[in-house]
Formats: sequence, structure tokens, C-alpha cells
Amino acid sequence: MNRIVEKEFFSENVVRLEIEAPRIAKARRAGHFVIVKIGETGERIPLTIASSNPEKGTITLVIQRVGVSSRRITELEVGDEITDLVGPLGEATHIEKVGTVLACGGGVGVAPLLPIVEALKKAGNKVITILAARTKDLIILEDQIRQYSDEVIVMTDDGSYGKKGLVTDGMKEVMEREKVDQSVIIGPAIMMKFAALTTKEYNVPTVASLNTIMVDGTGMCGACRITVGGKTKFVCVDGPEFDAHQVDFDEMLLRLNGYKEIEKGAEKEYLKSKDNK
Amino acid sequence: MAVSKEYLKEEREQAWRVDIRKLLKNKERTGLTRVHMGEVEAGERIKSNIEVNSGLTEEEAVNEARRCLDCPDPTCITGCPVEINIPKFIKRIEQGEFLKAAQVLKETSALPAVCGRVCPQEKQCEAKCFYQVKMKKDPVAIGYLERFAADYERESGQISVPEVAAPNGIKIAVIGSGPAGLTFAGDMAKHGYDVTVFEALHEIGGVLKYGIPEFRLPNSIVDVEINNLKQMGVKFENNFIVGRTATIDDLKEEGFEAFFTGSGAGLPRFMNIPGENYIGILSSNEYLTRVNLMDAANPKTDTPIISGKNVAVIGGGNTAMDSVRTAKRLGADRAMIIYRRSMEEMPARVEEVKHAQEEGIEFLNLTNPVEYFADENGRVNKVRAQKMELGEPDSSGRRRPVPMEGSEYDIEVDTVVVSVGVSPNPLIPSSLPQLETTRWGTIVVDEEKLQTSIPEMFAGGDIVRGGATVILAMGDGRNAAAAMHQYLQDKLNA
Repeated sequence: MNRIVEKEFFSENVVRLEIEAPRIAKARRAGHFVIVKIGETGERIPLTIASSNPEKGTITLVIQRVGVSSRRITELEVGDEITDLVGPLGEATHIEKVGTVLACGGGVGVAPLLPIVEALKKAGNKVITILAARTKDLIILEDQIRQYSDEVIVMTDDGSYGKKGLVTDGMKEVMEREKVDQSVIIGPAIMMKFAALTTKEYNVPTVASLNTIMVDGTGMCGACRITVGGKTKFVCVDGPEFDAHQVDFDEMLLRLNGYKEIEKGAEKEYLKSKDNK
Repeated sequence: MAVSKEYLKEEREQAWRVDIRKLLKNKERTGLTRVHMGEVEAGERIKSNIEVNSGLTEEEAVNEARRCLDCPDPTCITGCPVEINIPKFIKRIEQGEFLKAAQVLKETSALPAVCGRVCPQEKQCEAKCFYQVKMKKDPVAIGYLERFAADYERESGQISVPEVAAPNGIKIAVIGSGPAGLTFAGDMAKHGYDVTVFEALHEIGGVLKYGIPEFRLPNSIVDVEINNLKQMGVKFENNFIVGRTATIDDLKEEGFEAFFTGSGAGLPRFMNIPGENYIGILSSNEYLTRVNLMDAANPKTDTPIISGKNVAVIGGGNTAMDSVRTAKRLGADRAMIIYRRSMEEMPARVEEVKHAQEEGIEFLNLTNPVEYFADENGRVNKVRAQKMELGEPDSSGRRRPVPMEGSEYDIEVDTVVVSVGVSPNPLIPSSLPQLETTRWGTIVVDEEKLQTSIPEMFAGGDIVRGGATVILAMGDGRNAAAAMHQYLQDKLNA
């Protein structure tokens, strides 16, 4: 069950895993996520599904190492099994033909963006995709994104690849030059906050896919709650996609740091235990 | 589905029971006093997750069993949602046949060791006991005796597996592995069905695992009961969300002919007051799941938990008691209940409140939070509470709490656990548009048969009731199994 059949490093800290999960591969739609847990003492963490192959019965996850749990999963090798894997969860992306769509992916957020770009393109939209990262090495899935985009703009903070600048610089450039009917943004919360502010300036309806802390992922615990349009929503069952102009990103940013100190300590411990081996 | 009076009478006339009744005169029996359950001392038990109640000794159990008059009309059974033949198992205890007593429990209950611990017997079987009703004396300690018999069997290593009918090859799917689903699965297995239980979480047991703390219901005990079901042929699939991982239609294609939904009351309610989303404010579901299911307080696990020093738990139900007592065990200096009504209206079991008080839990009753405040990192540091007074009774029959103006004051907190109820889990209803639900999101069922608007789907427990007890969920599971069995047999014979 849940055997890893392929593993690829996109960069030092970003790993792509293809995992046997025939039922999920068949059932999932763009926008869905899974919960994974590694080992008996592991933590349940949500990961958005990047793609699936229903014939082969596999799903693909792209994971960035940010803490103990993401380290554990990225340290698994081909042939290893993921202890617990459940999904697909969340509401699937609403896909329709709206005209021109500006899709923006920051860092590892490009992975969950890929199936959405693919679905939007297949629905007959003109898709312009912006891939943004700190530096060249962190730009992922460019070829796959190009396959389903009419235009791809790469932005790096340090200018090591594509254009130098932030994702919002690229977005402004596109929205200045042509009419955009809809925008989709996925990336770190801080990037989504500013991307949402940018599309708001141009009155472009925008969807953001959020990745919050979760425990069960089925609506049971409320750890993932955020405020959207003044109302509390659960990312796991009401989302993960929301009207980006209504999301209280500042609150979300605070909540994401809820366990930061404990997690940092845990990661140090974890790395120390690795060194001693 | 009521057990027949004739059956009970027949059982009561069996020679062994007549003999036991003759051992003592009723007057001698009623002259005995109710046993006292041993407990680990409060100061000691809050240092760990050790079970609070330590159980009865053999001698205590036999003595308590002697009190039972083995009434010709055993009203206690009418108080039990799964209709355990109470006098029969008690008389087996009096006889010293403890294993046989456990077998009686298993005739109708899939989870006797669980029920003996978490059932509100004082509101059910014991409330209907002759002692309580007619003599105004302490009722027979049915709950303690149930636990004794179930524990005795488990510890003896001679666990009996209930008889199962020959396999009939009919595949039944159970959605959710909580008390409703487990009970249903056990009963259907007894009828010979091929039962698979699907569970969304990685552990089987539902609320028994993620909700009820170790100090009240050790997980190992739940596992023994689950194992028993496995031995009866029940299959379990964890990490499987029906409606998501596979749809009902997918499962029908795979040969499942009927379904029972016991998916529970999944969504925690919040109060929607300012500041409620600050860090450190969490639902009781989240708090208890982290501690019970994920074992977050154990440094060897990856799941983090904030062990607050000043913990406020909002609410007065059993889940609130479980949360506040958990906080104490995680090292809180101050663990308090904030409840808007008075002690009298508190829905938690009397025993739980008593245990909480012994453990130094503070009760801020007639108090309601109105706003939270946080430090610059968004971490909660204060709750503003308002004093309440009781007004006229509301629809629940309890006196409605009314805020006292100008009574607000602030309490320092670093963790707040909101335990003000749950709503039904929307996953199943949302994946089945043709399934009729109420405006609260609970599934509509025929009251007796527990059949939903989809004829081959039955439902029970909190997904129907909105938020109730383990034993009521079990009663639903039992009734639904009987009704589904009838439905499938009628279909076969049609």
C-alpha cells in the first residue's frame, strides 16, 4: 500500500514523489489534497496532489522540506511505503471557460498549480502562467507548465533566471497589457497576500489555494480555520480554494506560526539525531 | 426492537438462577450497601494518564451482585439502549461465573468494556433500577459490574467470540468505526453478513480513540473490542473516506449491497466572538485529537501540542470535562471551566464533574467569554468574560443564561479550548445529493428502522442525532442492524 514508485529531486529541498494509490488516482480532481503520515509516531500533514495517473494508479506529490514531517517524507526512497495516506480531500477547483486566466505559482506552489493550469487550458481558456521563486534552482515543473500555458513568465527574486523581480511585478505587467478575466494564485501565504492585493487593484476575480495546519483534514478539528469575508471557514472542507480578495491573510500568517517554536526545536532535535547515527 | 418478555421470563426460570435467588432473602439483599468504586488519588492521577477508576475486586463484585433482586419485571433493561440482559449477567457474577457474565454482555453489546466505563448509567439502567425507583435507595452499580465482567474476561485471556451465523455472502459497508458503526458491524456479522468497516482516520475506533481520553477509556481496551469484531469476521479499512476515496456507487459496483452511515458529528462549533481565531484557541476536537489520537504530549511523536499554564475550557459537557482534565495532566497550573449556566444545568456526568473537582479544576460557572485578546504574535493572552444570571427556561427546559451588564472582567489565559458542541460531518451528505438531511445537516431516518431516504442506506449515532452519547450511538447501531437484516431478508424473499 502507498508504495513510492518514483522519486526525483527538483532541488536540494524540493522532492517529487510518485506514489501507488489507485483509488485516489482515480477519484482526484484538480485542487484536491491528501493527508499523509509517516511512521507510527508521525504527524498528519496535508499535501496538495500535483498530478495523477489513473491507468498506472499513482499520484504525484511535490514536497518541500520545511520541518520534521516533510523531512521524513522526502527521506523515503523508491520502494518504501507511506504509512498512512488518505484522500482525496477538499473541494475540487471550479473549472470553466472564462477567457484569459492569469495563473501564479510561488515556489513549491507551482506543483498544485499544475493540474489547475492543465484543466483551465483544457476548458478552452487562454492561460498565462507566472512561475516565481527566490532563485533559479527553485523554479520547478517549468516544462510541464509550458505544455498547458499560452505564455509562461519566470520571475526570480535574484534575477538568476527569467526576469528579476517579484511575482507581483510579472502580474502587473500582464494586467497592464491585456484584460485578465480571472486569476489563480498558489504559493507561500505572504506571496498570496500580495498577489491578491495586486489583482484587487485591477479588479480581477482571484482564487487562492490555501495550505494551513491541519490534523484530520475532514472537518473534525478546526485547526485549519481562517477568516473569509468576516466569516470563519475550514480550509479542509470549505476549501482549500477561496476568493483571495476575501481571505484574511494576516490572520492566516499568524496562525501558520502557531507551533513554529515547537517545530523549530523538533527539527533541531531531529537533525541532531540523524547526525548521531 | 424490544426483547420479548417471554424470553426474559424463560431465562429467569432457569434452575441456576432460581438457585441463586434462593441464596439470600430479599431483605438481606436490600440491607447491603452499594459498593464504592476505587479511584487513584487525585494528586497522583493527574501526573499521568492512568485510568481514574480502578475497577472492582472479585469480592466487591460478588457482594454488589448480591444486591440485585433479580426482579420479575427487570425495568433496568428498558433503560439500556442495547438491552443487555442485566439481571442475568449480574446473577452470573453472584454465582462466580464471571466469564459467563461477560458472554451475556456480548449477546447484545459489541463494546461491554467501553460501556462499563463511559455510559451514563445514572441516567439509564441505574435510573430504572428497582432500588432507585421504588425504594429511593442507591441503585445496583450495574455499570461497575459490567466493567468488572468485561475486564475479567479480557484479563483472563479467555475471550469468547460470539457465535456467528454461516456466511451468507452479502456484502455490507459500514461508514465510520465509532460506537454506532462497531455495534452495527458486530450484529451484522452475527447474522452472517460480510461486513467491511471504512474509517477515514488512520486508527479504528472513532470518538472512542480520538475523543475520550486515556484516563477514562484506555485505547488498549478499545483495541481488544475491535479485535473481537475482527475474530467475528468483520473487516476494517482505515484511511478510507467513503464519498471521496470511493463513492457509494463505486462500492455498489464492488458488490456492496447495503450501507450503514455512522460518520459522527464531525464539525466543531465555535462561538464567533472577536479574537476566536488567535493562536492557542482550539476546538476540543483538535485538542483531544492531538493528545489522544496523535499522542502529542509524548515527546517521541511528531505532532506538536501547546501545554498551557493557564487553560480555559469553554463549555460544560463531558467533552469539556475531558479537555480540562487533559489540560491538568499536561501540566496546567490553572485549568478552568467557563460555563454560562450553573452547576445544576451542567450536562456533564456527575462523576466527571466530581473527578474534575477533586483534580483541582476551577469552575467559573454563570460566566461566558465575550472576546479574546492576544500578544503581538497573535497568541491569546486574555479572555474577557461576562457574568450571567439565570432567567426563564428555554426550549431545552433549562433556565436561559442572561448576561449581566457591566460585569465583564479579564482572565489571563494562554490556551483556550472551545467545547460548545459539534455539528454533523458534511462529507457523506455532500457526496450524496439524493440523501435527505435536516437543515442542521443531520441525516433524516425512519425513527424505528433508522433507514434513510436511500432505501439501502441506514444511519445512526451523531450523524443522525447531532451530538449524543456512545451508548445511544450503539443503540442505533443495534436497531439499524436488526432493521437492515429484516429489509435484506424481505428483499431476498420477495
